[in-house]
Amino acid sequence: MSSGLNRLTDLEKPATEDARLKRIQTALKRYDARPDALIEILHIVEESYGYVPLWMMALLAKEMKVPPSRIYGVVTFYHFFSLKPKGEHTCVVCTGTACHVRGSQRVLNDIEDEFSVRAGETTPDGKLGLQTARCLGCCSLGPVTVIDNEIIPKSEPEKIVALIHEKAGI
Amino acid sequence: MNLQQLNQISESVQEKHGSCLKRVGVCCGAGCISSGSTAVVDSLKSAVKAKGLEDKVEIFPTGCMGACNQGPLVKVDTFNETIYQKVDAENAVQIIEQHVLQDQVIPSMLLFSDSDPEPKVRADENSFFQKQVKVVLENCGLVNPESIEEAIHAGSYMALHKVLTSMKQEEVIYEIKKSGLRGRGGAGYLTGLKWGIVAKFQNAIKYVVCNGDEGDPGAFMDRSVLEGDPHRVLEGMLIGGYAVGAGKGYLYVRAEYPLAIKRFEQAVKQARSFGFLGKNIFETNFEFDVEIRVGAGAFVCGEETALVASIEGKRGVPRPRPPYPAESGLWGKPTLINNVETFANVPPIILSGHHWFSKIGTSKSTGTKVFALTGKINHTGLIEVPMGTTLREIIFELGGGVPEGKRFKAAQTGGPSGGCIPAQFLDTKVDYENLVSLGSIMGSGGLIVMDESSCMVEVARYFMEFCMDESCGKCVPCRVGTKQMHDLLNKICQGEAASSDLELLEALAPMVKETSLCGLGMTAPNPLLSTLRYFREEYRAHIIEKRCPAGVCKMKTAQNKKKARV
Repeated sequence: MSSGLNRLTDLEKPATEDARLKRIQTALKRYDARPDALIEILHIVEESYGYVPLWMMALLAKEMKVPPSRIYGVVTFYHFFSLKPKGEHTCVVCTGTACHVRGSQRVLNDIEDEFSVRAGETTPDGKLGLQTARCLGCCSLGPVTVIDNEIIPKSEPEKIVALIHEKAGI
Repeated sequence: MNLQQLNQISESVQEKHGSCLKRVGVCCGAGCISSGSTAVVDSLKSAVKAKGLEDKVEIFPTGCMGACNQGPLVKVDTFNETIYQKVDAENAVQIIEQHVLQDQVIPSMLLFSDSDPEPKVRADENSFFQKQVKVVLENCGLVNPESIEEAIHAGSYMALHKVLTSMKQEEVIYEIKKSGLRGRGGAGYLTGLKWGIVAKFQNAIKYVVCNGDEGDPGAFMDRSVLEGDPHRVLEGMLIGGYAVGAGKGYLYVRAEYPLAIKRFEQAVKQARSFGFLGKNIFETNFEFDVEIRVGAGAFVCGEETALVASIEGKRGVPRPRPPYPAESGLWGKPTLINNVETFANVPPIILSGHHWFSKIGTSKSTGTKVFALTGKINHTGLIEVPMGTTLREIIFELGGGVPEGKRFKAAQTGGPSGGCIPAQFLDTKVDYENLVSLGSIMGSGGLIVMDESSCMVEVARYFMEFCMDESCGKCVPCRVGTKQMHDLLNKICQGEAASSDLELLEALAPMVKETSLCGLGMTAPNPLLSTLRYFREEYRAHIIEKRCPAGVCKMKTAQNKKKARV
């Protein structure tokens, strides 16, 4: 976390404005830059950029007239927001109780071994980000895995590994 | 909008239904969608189109029908209620050709036909449905959740009309109080009492919050209600708003539930355009509006003070109570916070009266409870039973027992805050008090069945890991206590613990329970304590014999260690 903070250049907004930034500015306007809409806006940031860049936190702090520490505190508190860019493809393994008793740990272990990546990390080539979820609410179909937003019910470790190879091209 | 217009909408829907040869509902809850039900909808629609029957056969999405494991589910004709299971794009066409056009049932596709030698044509004759009493879920799986007209036809907003035009605020609160309705989020506080507290503050800005932060893993009741009948939740919030004198409501919902968010957003938009939200609702002075707040993945936000902080856009950290949110909640104003299922119970109580409601269930726990039945059980899914139904009925009659001939070991209720109930208590009637006396809690309604292949020490470790990760870190007992208990449980699971470690655990658990700031820490030791109470011999086997009776834990035995050294 701190390594990111050391690079002060990260705090500077990129010179070129793009559609993503426009989305954020529209959202800020819609919510009147109210600080209570911070989480709503961070969801849009995460969706647009794949993570919450430091310069974005500085920008939000300025717009909402709150200290940057407040923004940083919220970003680091909630699991949905990340400080580092996510992989090109994402795989989420549900580790909720129903999935757990039906063997989600084995699915997770096999993916970790096959692609040499740990839960919460991204492969060095940036192709695959592996995450876990607390519960996706599809408990009747456990174990559940989500690959690039597609829910795979009744996941079997071998099939999931094969599917990731196919989808991520690794 | 007035009563006459409401009735007109209902009549025109009735007319439309009447002109249909058959109506075919496709379950489009998150479970069935992930099993492929959207392709089934497309296939059914094109099959109907090919026959030129678009006006005669209506294909529509519904909320959860309950038997999620057998999905995608298709219900033909809401009168005879035949449910087909595991429908795909190909055999969907068969349903149109055989059942819809020729009235011939397809036995090989009937619900539970793979396990029941005599599958039922009428779905409600299955044991899975027979003991169910649907109050909260009465429209779920029957009506199209994306259409406000269909919701009105099913009776939505009639209760709102009744309270706004013929009941005083205190009469509404009296009705809820007398019904005996208790909070369905887990703690079971009397709903009417809470409403009364918020209502008593005069001339104040007040808020209504619907807690849809269903964080317990293995629970999906609120998700299903929001997806399957969003208008009912909205109506419950409106009635709550009128009763306590609030003008603004928030639904706080988990980001993990995109479909529930979408359906509720849609419902809010429709309600606004029909005049159920905004000013002068039903031509009265009552005004109310609703905003959705999406969570961001923090279990502790289900705790009401943390939830308030999160809606305010802050870190979801709890604070000491009192003052309770009913006195000082959102932005310091009196705030009524109820769970999704609690609000969904309100409209039927208003329409049918407290006498009717309090007759369902037991004397202290009235009404029904929705459970998410999962784990090692044949019929997983969503069920609603009267309070006081026994665990045996739920697991063996509705749920069809444990698969693969394995032995039932424990039922886990209440998620990470609950406990594991062993076989000798299967005949316990499920209500708030009984579950607490067994060392568990009702919780929000997740019921996870475990068989002999589950190790109870590992289950305790799993939940402790959950609480350790989700502890917000504000108070020491929870932050440090859950970590220490987790490490000790880990040691036991790896066969490296001594008897003294167990003593340490037993000293630590009550301490964390008594001294933590909020519900998360206060209940975090429950899974540990309940497994210790009922499955002590398993702990002993791990510690003394260095073996896991269920064969789940990988022991670091002396031999393995030697190997590692070489």
